[in-house]
Amino acid sequence: MASLQNTSGANGSTGTWTLKSGLARMLKGGVIMDVVTAEQARIAEEAGAVAVMALERVPADIRAAGGVARMSDPQKIIEIMSAVTIPVMAKCRIGHFVEAQVLEALGVDYVDESEVLTPADEQFHVQKHDFKVPFVCGARDLGEALRRINEGAAMIRSKGEAGTGNIVEAVRHLRAILTEIRTLAGLKDTGLDARAEEYRVPVELVRDVATNQRLPVVLFCAGGIATPADAALTMQLGAEGNFVGSGIYKSEDPARRAKAIVEATTHFTDAKLIAEVSRGLGEPMRGLSLETIPAGERLAIRGW
Amino acid sequence: MSKLIPSSSLGSKAFGSERSARVGVLSLQGDFSEHLATLRGIGAEGVDVRRPEQLDDVDALIIPGGESTTIGKLAQNYGIIPKLRERSAQGMPVWGTCAGAIFLAKDVPGHPHPLAELMDITVERNAFGRQIDSFEADLDVEGMAGGEFHAVFIRAPKITRIGPGVAVLARLRDGTVVAVREGTLLATSFHPELTRDERFHRLFLTLGQG
Repeated sequence: MASLQNTSGANGSTGTWTLKSGLARMLKGGVIMDVVTAEQARIAEEAGAVAVMALERVPADIRAAGGVARMSDPQKIIEIMSAVTIPVMAKCRIGHFVEAQVLEALGVDYVDESEVLTPADEQFHVQKHDFKVPFVCGARDLGEALRRINEGAAMIRSKGEAGTGNIVEAVRHLRAILTEIRTLAGLKDTGLDARAEEYRVPVELVRDVATNQRLPVVLFCAGGIATPADAALTMQLGAEGNFVGSGIYKSEDPARRAKAIVEATTHFTDAKLIAEVSRGLGEPMRGLSLETIPAGERLAIRGW
Repeated sequence: MSKLIPSSSLGSKAFGSERSARVGVLSLQGDFSEHLATLRGIGAEGVDVRRPEQLDDVDALIIPGGESTTIGKLAQNYGIIPKLRERSAQGMPVWGTCAGAIFLAKDVPGHPHPLAELMDITVERNAFGRQIDSFEADLDVEGMAGGEFHAVFIRAPKITRIGPGVAVLARLRDGTVVAVREGTLLATSFHPELTRDERFHRLFLTLGQG
Protein backbone atom coordinates (compact mmCIF):
# COMPACT_ATOMS: atom_id res chain seq x y z
CA MET A 1 0.00 0.00 0.00
CA ALA A 2 0.91 3.65 -0.28
CA SER A 3 3.05 5.58 2.16
CA LEU A 4 1.61 5.78 5.62
CA GLN A 5 1.76 8.08 8.50
CA ASN A 6 3.55 6.67 11.51
CA THR A 7 4.00 8.24 14.87
CA SER A 8 5.55 6.85 17.98
CA GLY A 9 3.48 6.52 21.15
CA ALA A 10 4.44 5.49 24.68
CA ASN A 11 4.39 1.78 23.83
CA GLY A 12 4.96 1.74 20.06
CA SER A 13 3.83 3.19 16.72
CA THR A 14 0.28 4.50 16.22
CA GLY A 15 -1.89 5.46 13.24
CA THR A 16 -0.44 2.77 10.93
CA TRP A 17 -2.24 1.18 7.99
CA THR A 18 -2.37 -2.16 9.87
CA LEU A 19 -4.13 -0.48 12.81
CA LYS A 20 -6.56 1.49 10.63
CA SER A 21 -7.57 -1.39 8.36
CA GLY A 22 -7.31 -3.79 11.32
CA LEU A 23 -10.12 -2.13 13.30
CA ALA A 24 -12.45 -2.72 10.32
CA ARG A 25 -11.45 -6.40 10.41
CA MET A 26 -12.61 -6.54 14.05
CA LEU A 27 -16.04 -5.28 12.95
CA LYS A 28 -16.57 -8.05 10.38
CA GLY A 29 -19.73 -10.11 10.64
CA GLY A 30 -21.29 -7.31 12.64
CA VAL A 31 -23.83 -4.51 12.37
CA ILE A 32 -23.02 -0.80 12.70
CA MET A 33 -26.09 1.20 13.68
CA ASP A 34 -26.98 4.88 13.16
CA VAL A 35 -27.97 6.56 16.43
CA VAL A 36 -28.97 10.12 17.24
CA THR A 37 -29.07 10.00 21.06
CA ALA A 38 -27.14 8.38 23.91
CA GLU A 39 -30.25 6.33 24.69
CA GLN A 40 -30.39 4.94 21.13
CA ALA A 41 -26.67 4.15 21.36
CA ARG A 42 -27.27 2.11 24.51
CA ILE A 43 -30.13 0.23 22.81
CA ALA A 44 -27.82 -0.52 19.86
CA GLU A 45 -25.03 -1.81 22.13
CA GLU A 46 -27.51 -3.94 24.08
CA ALA A 47 -28.80 -5.40 20.79
CA GLY A 48 -25.26 -6.47 19.87
CA ALA A 49 -24.12 -3.71 17.48
CA VAL A 50 -20.34 -3.78 16.84
CA ALA A 51 -20.23 0.03 16.54
CA VAL A 52 -22.54 3.02 16.31
CA MET A 53 -22.61 5.95 13.90
CA ALA A 54 -23.27 9.14 15.87
CA LEU A 55 -25.60 11.46 13.95
CA GLU A 56 -27.87 14.44 14.54
CA ARG A 57 -30.47 13.00 12.18
CA VAL A 58 -30.82 9.61 10.47
CA PRO A 59 -30.68 9.71 6.64
CA ALA A 60 -34.48 9.45 6.26
CA ASP A 61 -34.84 12.66 8.28
CA ILE A 62 -31.94 14.36 6.46
CA ARG A 63 -33.74 13.52 3.22
CA ALA A 64 -37.04 14.90 4.55
CA ALA A 65 -35.48 18.07 5.99
CA GLY A 66 -33.56 19.09 2.85
CA GLY A 67 -31.07 21.98 3.09
CA VAL A 68 -27.36 21.51 3.79
CA ALA A 69 -26.48 18.48 5.92
CA ARG A 70 -23.23 18.88 7.91
CA MET A 71 -21.11 17.12 10.54
CA SER A 72 -23.03 16.58 13.79
CA ASP A 73 -22.72 18.86 16.81
CA PRO A 74 -19.61 17.70 18.77
CA GLN A 75 -21.69 17.80 21.96
CA LYS A 76 -23.97 15.12 20.52
CA ILE A 77 -21.00 12.98 19.47
CA ILE A 78 -19.36 13.29 22.91
CA GLU A 79 -22.61 12.26 24.64
CA ILE A 80 -22.82 9.17 22.48
CA MET A 81 -19.12 8.34 23.00
CA SER A 82 -19.58 8.44 26.75
CA ALA A 83 -22.73 6.30 26.63
CA VAL A 84 -21.21 3.15 25.10
CA THR A 85 -18.00 1.06 25.14
CA ILE A 86 -18.18 -0.07 21.49
CA PRO A 87 -16.47 2.01 18.75
CA VAL A 88 -18.15 5.26 17.74
CA MET A 89 -18.07 6.52 14.15
CA ALA A 90 -19.14 9.92 12.84
CA LYS A 91 -19.67 11.46 9.41
CA CYS A 92 -17.88 14.33 7.69
CA ARG A 93 -18.86 15.88 4.37
CA ILE A 94 -17.06 14.66 1.25
CA GLY A 95 -13.83 16.66 0.92
CA HIS A 96 -14.34 18.54 4.21
CA PHE A 97 -10.96 17.77 5.76
CA VAL A 98 -11.51 20.21 8.63
CA GLU A 99 -14.66 18.39 9.76
CA ALA A 100 -12.47 15.25 9.62
CA GLN A 101 -9.80 16.98 11.75
CA VAL A 102 -12.47 17.95 14.29
CA LEU A 103 -13.78 14.38 14.46
CA GLU A 104 -10.23 13.08 14.95
CA ALA A 105 -9.68 15.66 17.72
CA LEU A 106 -12.90 14.46 19.43
CA GLY A 107 -11.44 10.93 19.45
CA VAL A 108 -14.03 9.18 17.29
CA ASP A 109 -12.89 5.69 16.28
CA TYR A 110 -13.78 5.90 12.57
CA VAL A 111 -14.73 8.76 10.21
CA ASP A 112 -17.30 8.13 7.47
CA GLU A 113 -16.66 10.54 4.59
CA SER A 114 -20.28 10.34 3.55
CA GLU A 115 -22.49 11.18 0.60
CA VAL A 116 -25.40 11.35 3.05
CA LEU A 117 -24.11 14.81 4.02
CA THR A 118 -23.90 17.65 1.49
CA PRO A 119 -20.50 17.50 -0.29
CA ALA A 120 -18.02 20.27 0.51
CA ASP A 121 -15.68 19.72 -2.45
CA GLU A 122 -16.74 18.68 -5.94
CA GLN A 123 -13.22 17.76 -7.04
CA PHE A 124 -11.36 16.18 -4.12
CA HIS A 125 -12.13 13.75 -1.36
CA VAL A 126 -10.25 14.01 1.95
CA GLN A 127 -6.60 12.84 1.74
CA LYS A 128 -7.14 10.14 4.30
CA HIS A 129 -3.54 8.92 4.62
CA ASP A 130 -2.78 12.20 6.41
CA PHE A 131 -4.91 11.16 9.41
CA LYS A 132 -4.34 8.81 12.35
CA VAL A 133 -8.07 8.08 12.58
CA PRO A 134 -9.27 5.51 10.01
CA PHE A 135 -11.89 6.35 7.34
CA VAL A 136 -14.72 4.43 5.71
CA CYS A 137 -16.06 5.60 2.33
CA GLY A 138 -18.98 4.66 0.10
CA ALA A 139 -18.65 3.22 -3.40
CA ARG A 140 -20.95 2.21 -6.26
CA ASP A 141 -18.41 0.24 -8.26
CA LEU A 142 -14.84 -1.07 -8.09
CA GLY A 143 -13.25 2.06 -9.58
CA GLU A 144 -14.82 4.26 -6.94
CA ALA A 145 -13.82 1.82 -4.17
CA LEU A 146 -10.19 1.75 -5.37
CA ARG A 147 -9.97 5.55 -5.70
CA ARG A 148 -11.08 5.84 -2.07
CA ILE A 149 -8.62 3.16 -0.92
CA ASN A 150 -5.84 4.91 -2.82
CA GLU A 151 -6.70 8.10 -0.91
CA GLY A 152 -6.41 6.14 2.34
CA ALA A 153 -9.85 4.69 3.08
CA ALA A 154 -9.32 1.70 5.42
CA MET A 155 -12.82 0.31 4.90
CA ILE A 156 -15.35 0.45 2.04
CA ARG A 157 -19.14 0.27 2.12
CA SER A 158 -21.67 0.22 -0.67
CA LYS A 159 -23.48 3.54 -0.97
CA GLY A 160 -26.93 2.16 -1.56
CA GLU A 161 -29.56 4.87 -1.39
CA ALA A 162 -29.57 5.96 2.26
CA GLY A 163 -32.78 6.75 4.09
CA THR A 164 -35.05 4.85 1.71
CA GLY A 165 -35.45 1.47 3.44
CA ASN A 166 -35.01 0.11 -0.09
CA ILE A 167 -32.18 -2.40 -0.59
CA VAL A 168 -32.13 -2.29 -4.41
CA GLU A 169 -29.30 0.23 -4.82
CA ALA A 170 -27.06 -1.43 -2.23
CA VAL A 171 -27.52 -4.76 -4.05
CA ARG A 172 -26.63 -3.08 -7.34
CA HIS A 173 -23.44 -1.57 -5.84
CA LEU A 174 -22.32 -4.77 -4.08
CA ARG A 175 -22.86 -6.83 -7.22
CA ALA A 176 -20.98 -4.27 -9.33
CA ILE A 177 -17.94 -4.28 -7.00
CA LEU A 178 -17.80 -8.06 -6.60
CA THR A 179 -18.42 -8.83 -10.28
CA GLU A 180 -15.71 -6.39 -11.39
CA ILE A 181 -13.27 -8.04 -8.95
CA ARG A 182 -13.98 -11.43 -10.55
CA THR A 183 -13.48 -10.12 -14.10
CA LEU A 184 -9.99 -8.88 -13.12
CA ALA A 185 -8.91 -12.49 -12.57
CA GLY A 186 -8.92 -13.21 -16.31
CA LEU A 187 -6.88 -10.16 -17.34
CA LYS A 188 -3.24 -10.09 -18.46
CA ASP A 189 -0.86 -7.16 -17.89
CA THR A 190 -2.22 -4.92 -20.62
CA GLY A 191 -5.79 -5.51 -19.46
CA LEU A 192 -4.84 -4.60 -15.87
CA ASP A 193 -3.05 -1.47 -17.10
CA ALA A 194 -6.20 -0.43 -18.96
CA ARG A 195 -8.34 -0.97 -15.85
CA ALA A 196 -5.93 1.05 -13.72
CA GLU A 197 -6.20 3.90 -16.21
CA GLU A 198 -9.99 3.63 -16.31
CA TYR A 199 -10.22 3.55 -12.50
CA ARG A 200 -7.58 6.31 -12.14
CA VAL A 201 -5.54 4.34 -9.59
CA PRO A 202 -2.03 2.79 -9.55
CA VAL A 203 -1.80 -0.53 -11.39
CA GLU A 204 -0.26 -2.16 -8.27
CA LEU A 205 -3.59 -1.70 -6.49
CA VAL A 206 -5.53 -3.29 -9.38
CA ARG A 207 -3.01 -6.14 -9.52
CA ASP A 208 -3.40 -6.76 -5.77
CA VAL A 209 -7.20 -7.02 -6.14
CA ALA A 210 -6.87 -9.28 -9.22
CA THR A 211 -4.50 -11.66 -7.40
CA ASN A 212 -6.26 -11.81 -4.04
CA GLN A 213 -9.76 -11.64 -5.53
CA ARG A 214 -10.90 -9.22 -2.86
CA LEU A 215 -10.47 -5.60 -1.87
CA PRO A 216 -7.40 -4.95 0.31
CA VAL A 217 -9.82 -3.61 2.97
CA VAL A 218 -13.07 -4.81 4.52
CA LEU A 219 -16.26 -4.37 2.45
CA PHE A 220 -19.54 -3.65 4.25
CA CYS A 221 -23.02 -3.04 2.87
CA ALA A 222 -24.89 0.20 3.56
CA GLY A 223 -27.97 1.95 2.30
CA GLY A 224 -31.53 0.67 2.63
CA ILE A 225 -31.30 -2.35 4.97
CA ALA A 226 -34.63 -2.60 6.82
CA THR A 227 -35.20 -6.28 7.70
CA PRO A 228 -33.22 -9.32 8.97
CA ALA A 229 -33.64 -10.87 5.51
CA ASP A 230 -32.13 -7.75 3.89
CA ALA A 231 -29.12 -8.10 6.21
CA ALA A 232 -28.64 -11.78 5.34
CA LEU A 233 -29.09 -11.04 1.61
CA THR A 234 -26.14 -8.64 1.55
CA MET A 235 -23.99 -11.15 3.49
CA GLN A 236 -24.85 -13.96 1.08
CA LEU A 237 -23.94 -11.66 -1.81
CA GLY A 238 -20.49 -11.17 -0.27
CA ALA A 239 -20.65 -8.21 2.12
CA GLU A 240 -18.54 -8.66 5.28
CA GLY A 241 -20.96 -6.79 7.56
CA ASN A 242 -23.79 -4.24 7.53
CA PHE A 243 -24.49 -0.62 8.28
CA VAL A 244 -28.10 -0.01 9.26
CA GLY A 245 -29.36 3.54 9.40
CA SER A 246 -32.96 4.62 9.31
CA GLY A 247 -34.16 1.00 9.15
CA ILE A 248 -33.99 0.48 12.92
CA TYR A 249 -35.22 3.64 14.62
CA LYS A 250 -37.86 4.33 11.94
CA SER A 251 -39.47 0.95 12.69
CA GLU A 252 -42.11 0.00 15.26
CA ASP A 253 -39.88 -1.90 17.73
CA PRO A 254 -36.26 -0.74 17.29
CA ALA A 255 -34.69 -2.85 20.09
CA ARG A 256 -36.13 -6.13 18.80
CA ARG A 257 -35.47 -5.30 15.16
CA ALA A 258 -31.87 -4.33 15.96
CA LYS A 259 -31.24 -7.64 17.74
CA ALA A 260 -32.88 -9.60 14.90
CA ILE A 261 -30.71 -7.86 12.28
CA VAL A 262 -27.57 -8.67 14.33
CA GLU A 263 -28.52 -12.35 14.53
CA ALA A 264 -29.40 -12.55 10.82
CA THR A 265 -26.03 -10.99 9.94
CA THR A 266 -24.16 -13.65 11.95
CA HIS A 267 -26.26 -16.65 10.88
CA PHE A 268 -26.83 -15.36 7.36
CA THR A 269 -27.10 -18.80 5.71
CA ASP A 270 -29.54 -20.19 8.30
CA ALA A 271 -32.99 -19.52 6.81
CA LYS A 272 -34.81 -21.19 9.73
CA LEU A 273 -33.10 -18.89 12.19
CA ILE A 274 -33.81 -15.82 10.03
CA ALA A 275 -37.48 -16.87 9.89
CA GLU A 276 -37.52 -17.22 13.68
CA VAL A 277 -35.97 -13.81 14.41
CA SER A 278 -38.21 -12.13 11.81
CA ARG A 279 -41.47 -13.31 13.44
CA GLY A 280 -43.74 -10.57 14.75
CA LEU A 281 -41.14 -7.80 14.56
CA GLY A 282 -43.81 -5.17 13.91
CA GLU A 283 -43.85 -2.63 11.11
CA PRO A 284 -40.55 -1.97 9.32
CA MET A 285 -39.83 1.56 8.14
CA ARG A 286 -42.24 2.46 5.36
CA GLY A 287 -39.58 3.00 2.73
CA LEU A 288 -39.34 4.74 -0.61
CA SER A 289 -39.47 3.44 -4.13
CA LEU A 290 -36.46 4.75 -6.06
CA GLU A 291 -38.60 6.00 -8.96
CA THR A 292 -40.30 8.47 -6.64
CA ILE A 293 -37.00 10.20 -5.79
CA PRO A 294 -36.12 13.06 -8.18
CA ALA A 295 -32.65 12.62 -9.74
CA GLY A 296 -31.37 15.70 -7.91
CA GLU A 297 -32.24 14.15 -4.53
CA ARG A 298 -30.34 10.90 -5.06
CA LEU A 299 -27.51 10.70 -2.50
CA ALA A 300 -25.49 7.91 -4.16
CA ILE A 301 -24.44 10.10 -7.09
CA ARG A 302 -22.43 12.32 -4.73
CA GLY A 303 -18.71 11.54 -4.80
CA TRP A 304 -16.34 11.07 -7.73
CA MET B 1 -14.46 -36.29 21.10
CA SER B 2 -10.90 -37.16 20.17
CA LYS B 3 -8.20 -38.09 22.67
CA LEU B 4 -5.35 -35.68 23.01
CA ILE B 5 -2.44 -37.92 22.21
CA PRO B 6 1.04 -36.49 22.81
CA SER B 7 2.88 -35.98 19.58
CA SER B 8 6.41 -34.87 18.94
CA SER B 9 5.61 -33.04 15.72
CA LEU B 10 3.85 -29.69 15.54
CA GLY B 11 1.54 -28.13 13.00
CA SER B 12 -0.46 -30.56 10.98
CA LYS B 13 -0.05 -33.45 13.41
CA ALA B 14 -0.61 -31.68 16.71
CA PHE B 15 -3.18 -33.21 19.10
CA GLY B 16 -2.78 -36.69 17.71
CA SER B 17 -0.96 -38.76 15.18
CA GLU B 18 -3.85 -40.26 13.18
CA ARG B 19 -5.14 -37.06 11.60
CA SER B 20 -4.42 -33.35 11.41
CA ALA B 21 -5.60 -31.09 14.23
CA ARG B 22 -9.08 -29.63 13.82
CA VAL B 23 -8.96 -26.18 15.32
CA GLY B 24 -12.28 -24.42 15.70
CA VAL B 25 -12.52 -20.65 15.36
CA LEU B 26 -15.57 -19.08 17.00
CA SER B 27 -17.06 -17.30 13.98
CA LEU B 28 -19.97 -15.36 15.44
CA GLN B 29 -18.33 -12.01 14.73
CA GLY B 30 -14.85 -10.51 14.31
CA ASP B 31 -11.66 -11.42 12.44
CA PHE B 32 -12.25 -15.17 12.41
CA SER B 33 -11.25 -15.53 8.74
CA GLU B 34 -7.76 -14.17 9.50
CA HIS B 35 -7.31 -16.93 12.12
CA LEU B 36 -8.60 -19.56 9.70
CA ALA B 37 -6.14 -18.35 7.03
CA THR B 38 -3.20 -18.49 9.47
CA LEU B 39 -4.18 -22.02 10.53
CA ARG B 40 -4.35 -23.12 6.89
CA GLY B 41 -0.90 -21.63 6.36
CA ILE B 42 0.64 -23.91 9.03
CA GLY B 43 -1.14 -27.04 7.88
CA ALA B 44 -3.81 -27.22 10.58
CA GLU B 45 -7.46 -27.65 9.70
CA GLY B 46 -9.44 -24.56 10.70
CA VAL B 47 -13.17 -24.98 11.32
CA ASP B 48 -15.79 -22.21 11.41
CA VAL B 49 -17.78 -22.69 14.68
CA ARG B 50 -21.14 -20.95 15.14
CA ARG B 51 -23.20 -23.55 17.03
CA PRO B 52 -22.53 -25.28 20.38
CA GLU B 53 -22.73 -28.84 19.00
CA GLN B 54 -19.81 -28.04 16.66
CA LEU B 55 -17.55 -27.81 19.73
CA ASP B 56 -17.68 -31.63 19.98
CA ASP B 57 -15.98 -31.91 16.60
CA VAL B 58 -12.92 -29.76 17.24
CA ASP B 59 -9.71 -30.40 19.21
CA ALA B 60 -9.14 -26.76 20.18
CA LEU B 61 -10.89 -23.41 19.91
CA ILE B 62 -9.75 -19.88 19.08
CA ILE B 63 -11.91 -16.93 20.09
CA PRO B 64 -11.00 -14.14 17.66
CA GLY B 65 -10.80 -10.38 17.88
CA GLY B 66 -14.02 -8.47 17.44
CA GLU B 67 -16.43 -6.71 19.76
CA SER B 68 -16.62 -8.58 23.05
CA THR B 69 -20.15 -7.35 23.79
CA THR B 70 -21.40 -8.66 20.44
CA ILE B 71 -19.55 -11.98 20.60
CA GLY B 72 -20.66 -12.42 24.23
CA LYS B 73 -24.34 -11.80 23.49
CA LEU B 74 -24.40 -14.08 20.45
CA ALA B 75 -22.54 -16.83 22.35
CA GLN B 76 -25.01 -16.55 25.20
CA ASN B 77 -28.13 -16.48 23.00
CA TYR B 78 -27.09 -19.68 21.22
CA GLY B 79 -25.83 -21.71 24.20
CA ILE B 80 -22.11 -21.65 23.31
CA ILE B 81 -20.88 -20.79 26.82
CA PRO B 82 -22.00 -23.89 28.82
CA LYS B 83 -20.73 -26.17 26.05
CA LEU B 84 -17.40 -24.34 25.93
CA ARG B 85 -17.01 -24.69 29.71
CA GLU B 86 -17.69 -28.42 29.43
CA ARG B 87 -15.13 -28.90 26.63
CA SER B 88 -12.55 -26.78 28.42
CA ALA B 89 -13.01 -28.86 31.59
CA GLN B 90 -12.19 -31.93 29.45
CA GLY B 91 -8.85 -30.31 28.58
CA MET B 92 -9.61 -28.72 25.22
CA PRO B 93 -7.14 -25.87 24.57
CA VAL B 94 -8.75 -22.44 24.14
CA TRP B 95 -7.07 -19.21 23.01
CA GLY B 96 -8.61 -15.75 23.04
CA THR B 97 -7.14 -12.80 21.12
CA CYS B 98 -8.19 -9.28 22.27
CA ALA B 99 -12.00 -9.59 22.52
CA GLY B 100 -11.36 -13.32 22.91
CA ALA B 101 -9.18 -12.65 25.97
CA ILE B 102 -12.04 -10.63 27.48
CA PHE B 103 -14.36 -13.53 26.68
CA LEU B 104 -12.15 -15.98 28.64
CA ALA B 105 -11.47 -13.83 31.72
CA LYS B 106 -13.17 -14.59 35.07
CA ASP B 107 -13.24 -10.90 35.88
CA VAL B 108 -14.03 -8.06 33.45
CA PRO B 109 -14.85 -4.89 35.43
CA GLY B 110 -17.91 -3.08 34.14
CA HIS B 111 -18.78 -5.67 31.51
CA PRO B 112 -22.56 -5.68 31.08
CA HIS B 113 -23.00 -9.47 31.11
CA PRO B 114 -21.09 -12.66 32.02
CA LEU B 115 -18.88 -14.39 29.45
CA ALA B 116 -17.09 -17.75 29.58
CA GLU B 117 -15.18 -17.02 32.84
CA LEU B 118 -12.54 -19.71 32.24
CA MET B 119 -9.24 -17.99 33.11
CA ASP B 120 -8.23 -16.65 36.51
CA ILE B 121 -7.37 -13.19 35.23
CA THR B 122 -8.81 -9.68 35.35
CA VAL B 123 -9.03 -7.98 31.95
CA GLU B 124 -9.86 -4.29 31.49
CA ARG B 125 -11.51 -3.36 28.21
CA ASN B 126 -10.30 -0.48 25.99
CA ALA B 127 -7.62 0.10 28.62
CA PHE B 128 -5.19 1.91 26.31
CA GLY B 129 -7.80 4.38 25.05
CA ARG B 130 -9.71 4.81 21.81
CA GLN B 131 -8.73 3.84 18.23
CA ILE B 132 -6.21 6.70 17.81
CA ASP B 133 -4.31 5.18 20.77
CA SER B 134 -4.10 1.74 19.10
CA PHE B 135 -0.45 0.76 18.52
CA GLU B 136 2.09 -1.77 17.26
CA ALA B 137 4.97 -2.94 19.47
CA ASP B 138 7.70 -5.60 19.58
CA LEU B 139 7.49 -8.10 22.45
CA ASP B 140 9.87 -10.52 24.10
CA VAL B 141 7.80 -13.66 24.52
CA GLU B 142 8.73 -16.17 27.25
CA GLY B 143 10.15 -19.33 25.67
CA MET B 144 9.56 -18.23 22.07
CA ALA B 145 12.55 -18.68 19.75
CA GLY B 146 13.21 -16.50 16.73
CA GLY B 147 13.42 -13.03 18.22
CA GLU B 148 10.83 -10.43 19.19
CA PHE B 149 7.18 -10.84 18.21
CA HIS B 150 5.66 -7.86 16.39
CA ALA B 151 2.29 -7.33 18.06
CA VAL B 152 -0.77 -5.33 16.89
CA PHE B 153 -2.95 -3.78 19.62
CA ILE B 154 -6.35 -2.43 18.47
CA ARG B 155 -8.54 -0.80 21.15
CA ALA B 156 -6.84 -3.46 23.21
CA PRO B 157 -7.55 -4.72 26.74
CA LYS B 158 -4.98 -4.97 29.56
CA ILE B 159 -4.52 -8.00 31.78
CA THR B 160 -4.44 -6.29 35.17
CA ARG B 161 -4.49 -9.26 37.57
CA ILE B 162 -3.34 -12.86 37.25
CA GLY B 163 -4.23 -15.76 39.52
CA PRO B 164 -1.65 -18.11 41.09
CA GLY B 165 -1.85 -20.70 38.28
CA VAL B 166 -1.32 -18.18 35.50
CA ALA B 167 2.04 -17.64 33.76
CA VAL B 168 2.98 -14.34 32.12
CA LEU B 169 4.25 -14.83 28.55
CA ALA B 170 4.79 -11.22 27.51
CA ARG B 171 4.77 -7.66 28.83
CA LEU B 172 5.01 -4.23 27.22
CA ARG B 173 8.03 -2.04 27.99
CA ASP B 174 6.03 -0.34 30.75
CA GLY B 175 5.37 -3.71 32.41
CA THR B 176 1.74 -4.16 31.32
CA VAL B 177 0.87 -7.87 30.97
CA VAL B 178 -0.38 -8.65 27.44
CA ALA B 179 -0.03 -12.45 27.06
CA VAL B 180 -0.70 -15.20 29.62
CA ARG B 181 -1.12 -18.96 29.84
CA GLU B 182 -3.06 -21.03 32.35
CA GLY B 183 -2.77 -24.76 31.62
CA THR B 184 -4.29 -25.28 28.18
CA LEU B 185 -5.73 -21.75 28.08
CA LEU B 186 -4.03 -18.84 26.33
CA ALA B 187 -4.94 -15.14 26.26
CA THR B 188 -3.34 -12.32 24.27
CA SER B 189 -4.33 -8.62 24.26
CA PHE B 190 -3.02 -8.36 20.70
CA HIS B 191 -3.73 -9.93 17.29
CA PRO B 192 -1.15 -12.46 15.99
CA GLU B 193 -3.68 -13.25 13.21
CA LEU B 194 -3.10 -9.80 11.69
CA THR B 195 0.62 -10.39 11.08
CA ARG B 196 2.49 -12.95 9.01
CA ASP B 197 4.21 -14.34 12.10
CA GLU B 198 2.48 -17.63 12.96
CA ARG B 199 4.58 -18.50 16.05
CA PHE B 200 1.68 -17.91 18.47
CA HIS B 201 -0.58 -20.17 16.41
CA ARG B 202 2.13 -22.87 16.48
CA LEU B 203 2.53 -22.39 20.25
CA PHE B 204 -1.23 -22.82 20.67
CA LEU B 205 -1.16 -26.09 18.72
CA THR B 206 1.29 -27.53 21.29
CA LEU B 207 -0.94 -26.79 24.31
CA GLY B 208 -3.01 -29.94 24.07
CA GLN B 209 0.00 -32.20 23.92
CA GLY B 210 1.26 -34.30 26.80
